[in-house]
Order: sequence, then structure tokens, then C-alpha cells
Amino acid sequence: MTSLTVFYIGLFYFATLAFVGGVAYRIYEYSRTPAPLVIPTTPAPTTRTGVALRMTREVVFFESLFKSNKWIWIFGWMFHIGLALVLLRHVRYFQEPVWFLVEFVQPYGKYASFAMLAGLAGLWARRFLVDRVRYISTPSDHLMLALLIAIGLSGAGMTFVAHTDIVALKAFALGLVTFDWHPLPADGLLLVHLSLVAVLMIIFPISKLLHAPGVFFSPTRNMVDNPREHRHLAPWAAALERDKA
Amino acid sequence: MAGPEFEVPSLTEYTEVPKIQEGAMAHLKSFLAAEASQSYLGYPYELPADWKERAIDRMGQILDRFRSVRVFLDACVHCGACTDKCHYFLGTADPNNMPVARQELMRKVYRRYFTLPGKIAPWLVGAEDLTEDKLNKWYNYYHQCSECRRCSVYCPYGIDTAEITMAGREILNYVGYGQKYSSEILMKVQKVGNNLGLPGPALADTLEGLEEDMEADTGLPIKMPLDVKGAEILLITPSADFFSEPHVESLIGYAKVFHAAGVSWTLSTYASEAGNFGLFNGNYETMRDVAMRIRDAALELGAKRIIVGECGHAWRVAYAYWNTLTGIGWGGEDPFSKQLQDQLDLRYPQPTHICEYTWDLIQRGVLKFDKSLNDDRVITFHDSCNVARASRMGDEPGGQFAIPRNIIRAVANNFRDMPEDTIGEATFCCGGGGGMLTDDLIEARVKGALPRMNAYNSVVRKDGVNFLALICAICKAQFTKVLPYYGFDRGMVGGVHQLVSTAIKLD
Repeated sequence: MTSLTVFYIGLFYFATLAFVGGVAYRIYEYSRTPAPLVIPTTPAPTTRTGVALRMTREVVFFESLFKSNKWIWIFGWMFHIGLALVLLRHVRYFQEPVWFLVEFVQPYGKYASFAMLAGLAGLWARRFLVDRVRYISTPSDHLMLALLIAIGLSGAGMTFVAHTDIVALKAFALGLVTFDWHPLPADGLLLVHLSLVAVLMIIFPISKLLHAPGVFFSPTRNMVDNPREHRHLAPWAAALERDKA
Repeated sequence: MAGPEFEVPSLTEYTEVPKIQEGAMAHLKSFLAAEASQSYLGYPYELPADWKERAIDRMGQILDRFRSVRVFLDACVHCGACTDKCHYFLGTADPNNMPVARQELMRKVYRRYFTLPGKIAPWLVGAEDLTEDKLNKWYNYYHQCSECRRCSVYCPYGIDTAEITMAGREILNYVGYGQKYSSEILMKVQKVGNNLGLPGPALADTLEGLEEDMEADTGLPIKMPLDVKGAEILLITPSADFFSEPHVESLIGYAKVFHAAGVSWTLSTYASEAGNFGLFNGNYETMRDVAMRIRDAALELGAKRIIVGECGHAWRVAYAYWNTLTGIGWGGEDPFSKQLQDQLDLRYPQPTHICEYTWDLIQRGVLKFDKSLNDDRVITFHDSCNVARASRMGDEPGGQFAIPRNIIRAVANNFRDMPEDTIGEATFCCGGGGGMLTDDLIEARVKGALPRMNAYNSVVRKDGVNFLALICAICKAQFTKVLPYYGFDRGMVGGVHQLVSTAIKLD
């Protein structure tokens, strides 16, 4: 086993721990912090089912963004849908046999990388072209887009330009999952791709990528509009009430 | 009146998104609160030596108590969807009035003190130390937000800048930077019973005068009862209804509706205010203390129903928060809630909006109108921000849009809506809400009214609209003041129940 392989095995275990642990901690933090007042943005659903539908529309179709700005919606949706298909396609590297759904998505997943890259390019262009968006962009906003584009380009490069040893890569990836380690092909493009993915995983829980778990906890979107029928009282507010009584 | 010391924007057919002008509104600073009201509210009134520790400390407490603030500070991706949604940005072009930038004033500090990347690489993620300069910026720009929630409609994560503004103001108060206007109102409402500081005898006198006027007008003994024990309905209305024009016309409308329905009702001296500025400052305890007066009055007077008059933020607090804060509502199983529930009439939503009440009577055929009496008016309706995006009327989502319009159509023949993208959930704030209805902020109020004024102007020109119907005391006061800046007559402003009052048939 080469030191290169050992390094990447270590990197991916660390990245996975940071990603899973970090996101889990954030979710714990969000769920532990109460929303003391009923603040859905109205008109809002009056039932839990309605809220689940609202959240589904928000997460799958980006409903609010669609209302807001068609350019951001098109680019953002292209990127996210592209990414979802690409990620789903990648599941094949971690399982044997491969699920039907993953097989099914394989041809779409390959070309979805173009949608992903086009969406990212559009979003990045806005950071330069629209004065309002330029004003609010931080260095990390640009770096995040650069990182995602580099991941997309290196990945698409291996699919469409310079194929890597995909059989060996799958053995490596499966080995990570089963703790039966195999060597990683020393292919430049692959190493770049994997390193950047690891970086993305590590920074996920400490960056704006927290919008992904965050949206599910957004009180303006996940609360039921029923304050006259149900008394909503946060634990600290209930304690306050007891103290004052 | 001396002319304004700023340029009033000119009306255009559509509201255009301006190019940003950095610092365009950096000079506008609302007057700071003085010792009396700040001490009363338990805040310092000047910057203490350890202000920075206090501010960060308070921010930490807010992060632990309010999920909204915690999630919103993390989730923003700077996508820009909100940047052209705020009426203050559209009217002033100051980039700090873009919702994301307003949030960013706090987010930079949050990142610096509460997140790992902000602690180790602040330059990378735009994290910044809290300085006195920054604190001043907070003060200026957190008082150029009316907490209208328009941005929250359009944010893909539902980030509501109002929550950040409220947190910002609470932190500012905590280090002695209170706003004079809101601070004094919060003292008056708790000391006297209403935001105007109108004492009980003056209120009784005013109501008597109104009863005489109504009798002279109609020949009928229409009452405005005060502190009547055992009355069925307790009406909680903004104190501006008692003597501001055009507010009082709606108060007369409520009285006529109650008269026509033949119910017993009363106002309360102790709770002679529907408004609750505690909302604007994001202090749960203060908001609760102010709201508790209404519970106490209801218990004292033995009312069976609590009805709220025309007031936007008051309806938000009443509809969405009263049950939480004071147990006015249903569903609470605790003794505190039960005590009040045992007294209230189970058949009705508690609290009820006056528009819900009137619309119900209209549907049941209890009220009769001569619509032609409103024929000199061509009416449009402005959805108040807090009613539109933070509350509801009736059983269905969106009832807050339908019910007031239904009432107008039932009492008048000429109604026209303003353009679709400026009403309903997309409504533009009047520009004076959220604790900004003060003369020291007149520049932001006038400029912030621009998108609404453009929309209003379009129906004035196209449809000959001459009446702007409102259901909010702040909207009424704001438009009365601001309309003339844009060349309109202030007499165009009025209440929905003013229209009811004009057309209602009494016997």
C-alpha cells in the first residue's frame, strides 16, 4: 500500500467524520434551540401535512426563489438538480451490486454535470455582473463557487476526457466502506477531484452550506399557522411564566 | 412647514431597482432614548464601559433562545434574491438597506465571535470585530427596517430580516442605545395604558364627545362604553383610534357595527392600546408585560370575546402571540390558560379581528348597507405588512387578503386593486411601521413609501382611485403624513370601517 493511498484513506475517514459529526452537531443545535413564537410567513398552511408540502415545494422546486428571481432560480435549480443526479450516480462506487435507481440514473448523471457546471457559472457571473450581488459577495462566496466548479470540472474531465482506472477506483471506494483497503490509482485528475471533495465535506458544517440542513429548521417555513387554536410555549418561556406567577 | 431637507423620489410607472449608492442613508439616525424610559424598561441609557462584553453576551443569549436568529445567521448563502425586495432599498439605494446586507451587519459579528472560520480567518468569511463604529451602523440601519417581512417571502430559506432587526435592537438597548420613540411608548403604555399616554379621564371625555357627535349625525344613541363589567365584547384598539384623523372614523364604524348587532361591548382604560411595541424591539418579556394588560382587563371586566380593532402589528401580536404570551386563545391545558378559557365564549376564535367580526355579520345578513353612500369614492386597499405576512383572518390561509376586500365590496360599489406584485403577500410596507413612525426618521419614511406610492399612483391615474383603505393605525398615520410629499391629498387616506360607517343602515 503506497503512502498516497494511506493518505487518502485517512483523508476520507477524517472528512466523513467531520462532515457527519459536524452536521449532526449543527442539527442538534438547531433542534435544541426553541422557536418561542409562532412566526410562519403567511399565508401559511394550517396543518402539519400542509407544512410538509410547503417544505417539499421549497426544497425540491425552490418555490420562494422562483417567486423572487428567475435568473437565480434557473441557475440555482440547475446546479442543485445536476448535483443531486451526479451524487446519485456516484453511489455506484460504494456498492456492489448497484441499486436499480442508481443504474437508471447513470446516463443522466453523466450529463447532469454539465447542468451543474452551467448553473454554477451563471451564479458566479451574477457575483460580478449584478452590482447588488457584487456588494454582498465575500471572498468565501467566490472560493466556494471555485471549489464546486473545480470539483465538477475534474469529475467531468474523468468522465468525458481522460478516463481514470474506474475499476481500481471502485475497489478503493468499496474498501473504504468495508474496511478492506485497496490501492488508489495515482491519477492526477482523480487526486485533485478527491481532495477537493474532501475539503468540501470538511468545511460543510462550518460554512454557508449549512443552508441545506438549515432550511428544514427555518421557523418561517416549518411552523403551522394555528396560534389561536394551539398554545405554543417554549420551555424557557414556560419557566418564565412559572416565575412570574 | 419647511420643505424637506432631502430629495423626494419622483413617481414612476413601475418601481425600478436602483443602482446601489453606498452610504446614501448613513446619516440618518433616530433620536436616542434618555434615562427615564430606558431605566423604566431596565436598560442602560448610555454606553457602559463593558458594552462590548454585554453586547456579545446578549447575542449569545438570543442565539440560545431564538431558533430563528441562530438558523438565519447560518443559512444565508448571499444569493441575492432579497436584494431588490426591501422598500427602503428601493427608495434609498443604500446597499445596507438590502435585507441581506442589513443581516450581514450582525452576521459579520456573529461569525467573528461564534463561529470557527470567523475566529481563525475572519477576512475569508467577512467576519468583523464589534466596534463602536459598527454599533452605530447597527443603530442607524436597524432603525431603517420596518420589520415588514417582505424579504422573508422571497428568501429560499425563509430568512426573515425582521427577526435580525429585532435581535439587533434588543442588543442595542442592552448597551444603552435605545430608540427614543419606541422606548417612550413602551413606558407610556405600561404606565398609563396606551401608547399616546392618554389618561383615563381624557379617554372617557373623548368617547363621550364622540357619542354626542354620532347622535347628532344619526339621531341614534350609539354608545362607546368604557370599563363596563359584564359586557360581552372587549374591544382592544390602537389608541390613535381615539383622536387621530382618520383613525377615529373607523372607531365610529366599529361602534355602529356593534350597535347594529345589538351586542354589549366595552373599551378598557387599563388596556386602551392594541399596539405592542415590544414586538419591534424583540424583547419577549416586555412584549409579554404589555400584552398581559389585555388579559388582566379581560379577566377584570369578565368579557366573553376579545375583538381587535384596525392595527397591523397589533393584530400580529394578538393573532400569533397572545395565546403564547397571555393565554388569550384556545388549546392551552395549563391552569393559567384555563382560567381565561373558562370565561371566554367557546364558539368564537379568540382573539377576533374586527374585520372577521363584521364580515361574519354581513354574511349572516345582520348588517344592511346603502352602498351608494360610498359612490363618491373609488377605493383601493393596502395590505398591511403584519396582517399580510404574519397573521391570518378567517379559517383559510389568505383570509387576511379576502376578508377586508369582501367587506369593502359589500359596502361600496367602486373597488380597484393595485398591481398584483404590490398586494397580498407581496405587499409593500407603508414605510412607517416597526417603530419608525417618528419625525426623526421622516426621510426613510418618505423614501421607503416610494414603491407603495408608485403602485397607488398607477390606480389613481388608471382608475381614478381617490380612497386608500387601510386596516392599520400606523399605515393611516404614515400615509396621512407622506401622501402630500408625493403630491396627493392626505384626505385620500381612511379606514375600512370608515367605509362601513358611511354605508351602514341603522335603525
